[in-house]
Amino acid sequence: MVFKANRILPGEPRELQQVLPAWAALGFQAVLLLTAAVAIGVADAKRRLIAALGAVSVLVLTVAAAANALTPAGNKVVRVAPGTAFWVLLICLGLLATDAITRMRPGALARVLLLALAIAIAVAALAQGTFDNLSVMREYAVNAGRFPPELWRHIWLAGGSLIAAVIVGLPLGILCHRAPRLQPPVLGTLNIIQTIPAIALFGILMAPLGALAARVPAAAALGIRGIGAAPAVVALFLYSLLPIVANTVVGLRRVSHAAVDAALGVGMTPRQVLSGIELPLALPVIITGIRVVLVQNIGMVTIAALIGGGGLGTFVFQGIGQTAVDLVLLGAIPIVVLAFSASVMLDALVEMLDRTPSASPEPAP
Amino acid sequence: MIQVESLTKQYGATAVVDRVSFDIERNSIAVIVGTSGSGKSTLLRMINRLVEPTDGRVLLDGADTRSEPAHLLRRRIGYAIQGHGLFPHRTVAENVATVPRLLGWPEARIRSRVCELLEIFQLDPGLYAHAFPHQLSGGQQQRVGVARALAAEPAVLLMDEPFGALDPIIRAKAQEDLLGIQRRFGTTIVLVTHDMDEAFRLGHRVAVMSQGRLLQYDRPAVLLTHPTDPFVARMTGLSDRAMKLLALTTAGEAALPGSSDGPRVASSASLREVLSELVWSRAASAVVLGEDGAPRGQLTVAAILARGHP
Repeated sequence: MVFKANRILPGEPRELQQVLPAWAALGFQAVLLLTAAVAIGVADAKRRLIAALGAVSVLVLTVAAAANALTPAGNKVVRVAPGTAFWVLLICLGLLATDAITRMRPGALARVLLLALAIAIAVAALAQGTFDNLSVMREYAVNAGRFPPELWRHIWLAGGSLIAAVIVGLPLGILCHRAPRLQPPVLGTLNIIQTIPAIALFGILMAPLGALAARVPAAAALGIRGIGAAPAVVALFLYSLLPIVANTVVGLRRVSHAAVDAALGVGMTPRQVLSGIELPLALPVIITGIRVVLVQNIGMVTIAALIGGGGLGTFVFQGIGQTAVDLVLLGAIPIVVLAFSASVMLDALVEMLDRTPSASPEPAP
Repeated sequence: MIQVESLTKQYGATAVVDRVSFDIERNSIAVIVGTSGSGKSTLLRMINRLVEPTDGRVLLDGADTRSEPAHLLRRRIGYAIQGHGLFPHRTVAENVATVPRLLGWPEARIRSRVCELLEIFQLDPGLYAHAFPHQLSGGQQQRVGVARALAAEPAVLLMDEPFGALDPIIRAKAQEDLLGIQRRFGTTIVLVTHDMDEAFRLGHRVAVMSQGRLLQYDRPAVLLTHPTDPFVARMTGLSDRAMKLLALTTAGEAALPGSSDGPRVASSASLREVLSELVWSRAASAVVLGEDGAPRGQLTVAAILARGHP
């Protein structure tokens, strides 16, 4: 554990034995040793998963208990954060759990349920106040009023730019598939955009958007300005286009030529072929593109806070500015959880949609 | 039934199909045969306007095929292709129901038609209706492809190398089935293949194409006995043309009055098969049995040999 008299003073390490009663500290170490033994000696994935999850729960609860013990009653200035050992253990146990889940090969639905269950438990524990004495939650308590709006703003910025990119990118991808001559210029342009660093792109967009707001009052009324959410959404939208257009093109190209020929041959109109045959068959690849974009956007929205775009990045940059690591974590942890959840859910969606195993699209006659 | 008039397709300066004209009779099978690049597939695809002709026209029951939108025309014409072209994300039943759905048949009629077709094609509806194409064998997939093409009871069926992906034994069975289907529904079939044996086996008339031009269009026996072009003679094969000719006539057609104490052969057997049987059993003549199993006549080696040349 790391103990700080207040949020900016350097922390001083405290060992678990100094903080908790001897039985608790010893019990905790016993659980860790047992888990290590399971990790080395037990091959059954289910048992390994139970061991890993059990150890994570014990680890987290122990840290919460230690924080409670270290905090003098009624003191709101003291900051207690888990030390490096906690993060190392969390990573190790996380790896153990992930490995076990991978070996069990759960179905798409099971993975989403598992994720929902984990989030539900975490939310319940937070609501219960189990971690209220940990430094991150102290920061949350201070920023409680600002956290939910910034969280929603983060989701809205990432999701909104994604939706805009799908609305534009999908037809653009279909067009590129239909007219292959368009492919090199379109994909080339999007590729170049992709290579521009995010901050630079924000900077590039400031001038034209600022000018637009100055000249067209309607644009300014809509909230379009040189800084703020507008350049952030536009930049994310531009970054999102490449994966969506490219995956649409690849997905459509993957559709069996014979199926399209037969569909036209039996009298489907080109539109019916697109909506009934080509898009459903390309959908898994297109959703994979959307997954890439969403995860990428959730991460990049963070930087939008730098130009006044808001979102969870606000906490991150405020924390960096104040050298308050806990505030950085208050922004960073939800971002990681959001990105991870989005990835798991869309992966599951791809699996459910892909009714034809791509490994054997054309079995030998 | 189908009249092809001076049909031409040009890509740039090259004519892939060059002024081809021929008529296809109702209830018959016409086979278009040629090497790859001869324009045979393009010719077939111009009949249902998957390829729009540069020049010339196709009449279907006397009406120009361009008098209605292409997709409506295609719903009246069955279409089956090599590698079956089934929709991998749809079940067998959904695949077969494609055209009836496009035509807006009532659901009950679609269901009964799908069941009927699956039974005709020896696919138990209980087992296969809800299977996906990738769960079937190659032969089964091919049958579903033909069943889909026939679902809306089209008067015309176009087939582009439908058996090209099948192994020889399954292919022979599929060809047999196709002849049965054709007799049963009286469908007019236009089939493209590069395999001359397949053309002779299935076609009432065979069109031989080379470099976009139609060299000869006639009954298989005439192609063998009176080829109008050296290429046709090469395509039909010079070394075994006598045997090919014998294969085109059945014992029933050639049977002569009288009886024999030689081996017994079915009237549906080809003369080639009867000759092989006679050589094998060292007999001079065979008894030809009718459909009912009663002797219908006899065939001597000499009588068979007399039919093996023009």
